[in-house]
Amino acid sequence: MLERVGVKSLDDLYADVPAGFIYKGEYDLPDALSEQEVRDWFEGLAARNTRLKVFAGAGAYDHYTPSVVPYIISRSEFLTAYTPYQCEISQGTLRYIFEFQSMICALTGMDVSNASMYDGPTAAAEAMRMAVASARKKNTVLLSSTLLPNVVKTVETYAKYFGTNIVMIGSENGQTSLEALRRAMECGDVAGAIVPGINRFGIVEDLTGFAETLHEGKALFVEYCDPSALAVLKTPAEWGADVAVGDGQPLGIPLCFGGPYVGFMACTKDHMRKLPGRIVGETVDGQGRRAFVLTLQAREQHIRREKATSNICSNESLMALFVTVYLSLMGPEGMKEVNEKSYAGAHLLHDELLKTGKFEEVFDKPFLKEFVLKPLVDVKALQAKLYERGFFGALETEEGYVSFCVTEKRTRAEIEALVAAVKEV
Amino acid sequence: MKYYDRLIFELSKSGRRAYTLPASADPASRFAIPAGLLRAEAPALPEVSEVDVVRHYTNLSQMNFGVDTGFYPLGSCTMKYNPKINEEIAAMPAFQGIHPLQDESTVQGVLEVYYQMDKALSAITGMKHFTLNPCAGAHGELTGLMVMRSYHASRGDFARTKVIVPDSAHGTNPASAAVCGLSIVEVKSNASGLVDVEDLKPLLGPDIAGIMMTNPNTLGLFEKDIREIASLVHDCGGLLYYDGANMNPLLGVVRPGDMGFDIMHLNLHKTFSTPHGGGGPGSGPVGVADRLAEFLPTPKVVEENGRYRIVGDAPLSAGQVSGYMGNFGVILRAYAYILMLGKQHLALAGKLATLGANYIKESLKDAYKLPIPSVCKHEFVFDGLIDDGSATGKPGATTLDVAKRLLDFGFHAPTIYFPLLFHQALMIEPTETESKETLDAFIDVMHEIAREAAEDPDILHGAPHNAPISRPDETMAARRPVLKYQDELS
Repeated sequence: MLERVGVKSLDDLYADVPAGFIYKGEYDLPDALSEQEVRDWFEGLAARNTRLKVFAGAGAYDHYTPSVVPYIISRSEFLTAYTPYQCEISQGTLRYIFEFQSMICALTGMDVSNASMYDGPTAAAEAMRMAVASARKKNTVLLSSTLLPNVVKTVETYAKYFGTNIVMIGSENGQTSLEALRRAMECGDVAGAIVPGINRFGIVEDLTGFAETLHEGKALFVEYCDPSALAVLKTPAEWGADVAVGDGQPLGIPLCFGGPYVGFMACTKDHMRKLPGRIVGETVDGQGRRAFVLTLQAREQHIRREKATSNICSNESLMALFVTVYLSLMGPEGMKEVNEKSYAGAHLLHDELLKTGKFEEVFDKPFLKEFVLKPLVDVKALQAKLYERGFFGALETEEGYVSFCVTEKRTRAEIEALVAAVKEV
Repeated sequence: MKYYDRLIFELSKSGRRAYTLPASADPASRFAIPAGLLRAEAPALPEVSEVDVVRHYTNLSQMNFGVDTGFYPLGSCTMKYNPKINEEIAAMPAFQGIHPLQDESTVQGVLEVYYQMDKALSAITGMKHFTLNPCAGAHGELTGLMVMRSYHASRGDFARTKVIVPDSAHGTNPASAAVCGLSIVEVKSNASGLVDVEDLKPLLGPDIAGIMMTNPNTLGLFEKDIREIASLVHDCGGLLYYDGANMNPLLGVVRPGDMGFDIMHLNLHKTFSTPHGGGGPGSGPVGVADRLAEFLPTPKVVEENGRYRIVGDAPLSAGQVSGYMGNFGVILRAYAYILMLGKQHLALAGKLATLGANYIKESLKDAYKLPIPSVCKHEFVFDGLIDDGSATGKPGATTLDVAKRLLDFGFHAPTIYFPLLFHQALMIEPTETESKETLDAFIDVMHEIAREAAEDPDILHGAPHNAPISRPDETMAARRPVLKYQDELS
């Protein structure tokens, strides 16, 4: 091979590199290991993690993963493919993305979904930019103070560099205040608002009047949602939202220390051409057969460069497949059951915790699977006791409340054991 | 591969189930969310059996081509083989079951992966510290530019609002700069395909935040004037950003930190062999020189006396760029890859990737136009066929036709029509994991296609002939968008 190339050694391939830049050292890395040694090394690390029964949410939910899902997504035809640039040999990827878009639209009620984003918080940040791009010259985006802290932080970071003003809207009795939203609109510079469907207190927000208020001021209404809960809750479309964003993680994606997850982003037809990211569309091939392609690419960076709707040039494709297979398995009935069972467990725990006398109710608002209480005991001691018994719960909020989350995976026995542990604090 | 035409929705039959769930913790519970907060109708999801789901997605997979299917010489994408041990490690329940907000004391094993990965990537690149929080290459670019802007802002220098991007750059560079609130100044390439230093000089000034460079660039050429470029940019007060999309050929040979770069990103899904997953999840760690470390995003992992801690906020940090700490599952795979290869084999990967690319280039330059004949690195660009067959009186075969014909022979196509510098660009990157036999088979097929083009370009115009579908009508897709199953029904 060297002869064909016309060089004498591998080093000659780098003759154009100024000599001073050639790295003469040896990487400060271990020597090569065998598979067995690598496996042993990671097993050693694994032993330094503690697996806990998860009674916490805050953006990452421990829902059940049916065995079919990891089985399908580990098929190498999906796993080892690149972005579907050559559509003739990527119909598998393109079809499941089309199905993903269809399911996100079914859950949100929106007209158009993209092929997915990195995660929920970055999808919210993209929605912030989409609001500014849609509203000519207006440059303020409102964020509800009941959004998850990691969503707020991520949107604030993007806004700081993009040059958009962020104004927080206060809450009232655990829910975004419509009155505060109205007041915030008065500045006349509001391009949009991001409000959660279920908030960081676990409360299902009543968004009556939000669409009217925002649309009157020609501002975009963005709802940040939990797609699992959307199987039963009023949809962003029903609330009158223009854009729905969120994280697909609650659809059975393993916690995996925060990633990979998958963001989603859907909107009404009016905003379709401002949507960032990949979009798959249906067409026909030369023989008139149904075929799928990446479409509306005039929005994207490889065509538009700096004028693109976003810099995102991929999606979280395999995790979009994860969600698609999960939703296929669960169907409308399974999703209803997930929500009902999570609701049942969460309300059982909520009531039992109050009975211990170690907490007080904070809000009298409907919740689904996550809730906050005001602790009457030391939070650190409470958390330590839960860790000691193999539970992860009682996450502290900035107000000093503690939050708990119960999914369909948590059994009655686990809930009772957690309550018993709390009684000892 | 064969054509399969169903969508999962078309298999739906009312009442069919494919799931089981544990018993309710409280069977007496009544779902009492007020009706005004509930949706009017159940979502239109499919109702199918487990075997329906498994067969459907197995059939879909059979219309797909992956690295495990065959050679994938997609330029700038570094489609190397993805070792299977990495999948096994990432699937370990002791990692998959960890909640991202668990107390540090319960996730010491996880945090050690972050710490060791930071050290390993720093050793490989000559940078000081890495954040692993960005979820993709473009996300890394954006994060790196945020670091750049934070650095200038910390010095009270708010005038630096422009970033220089070469005309050969990946499209994400200018797009990332725009998302970061920077405006773009383009620097031209010279006749040898390198950044034109004379064109660069007048662009430099007090309004320049920095320059984004890909080295080797998208033509596969080493920017040998990098020393002069670095000192020019630094002298004007700007920073150098290294786009690590093309880092693979430099493994073991050149470290970006030694070339004067201040900020860089890597693509773990390229250089460090994590599977591309049909377009993600990836991971785009960002590394910086010592003086920029305090501007890296949060949260971050620090080590103190053998214990690992998560720092949630830091005064000078660029901020939080993703929900938690990036794609941990991808980071695990990449670290397993680094451990398997070790320092010696990792250092050899770059040279072997470069050898493969040059071997293909030299073997095919008799049939394809080679606009820049010098030694390339991991990839190179042809500018279409030498004889496109137009002498036959039929329309000549284009790069698109060559790409589509390759599919018939069981190869993935190269990257086409990029970089924009050449009208018929055909960008080939073989990677180090392919044998000489595979490269020879590819070379033979490329020669065969060139012969077909010269004799009867219509064979190419009609390609692919053996793929699950023939070329689709993309205009119709954009003109009358059908973007979900429900659109099809209406």
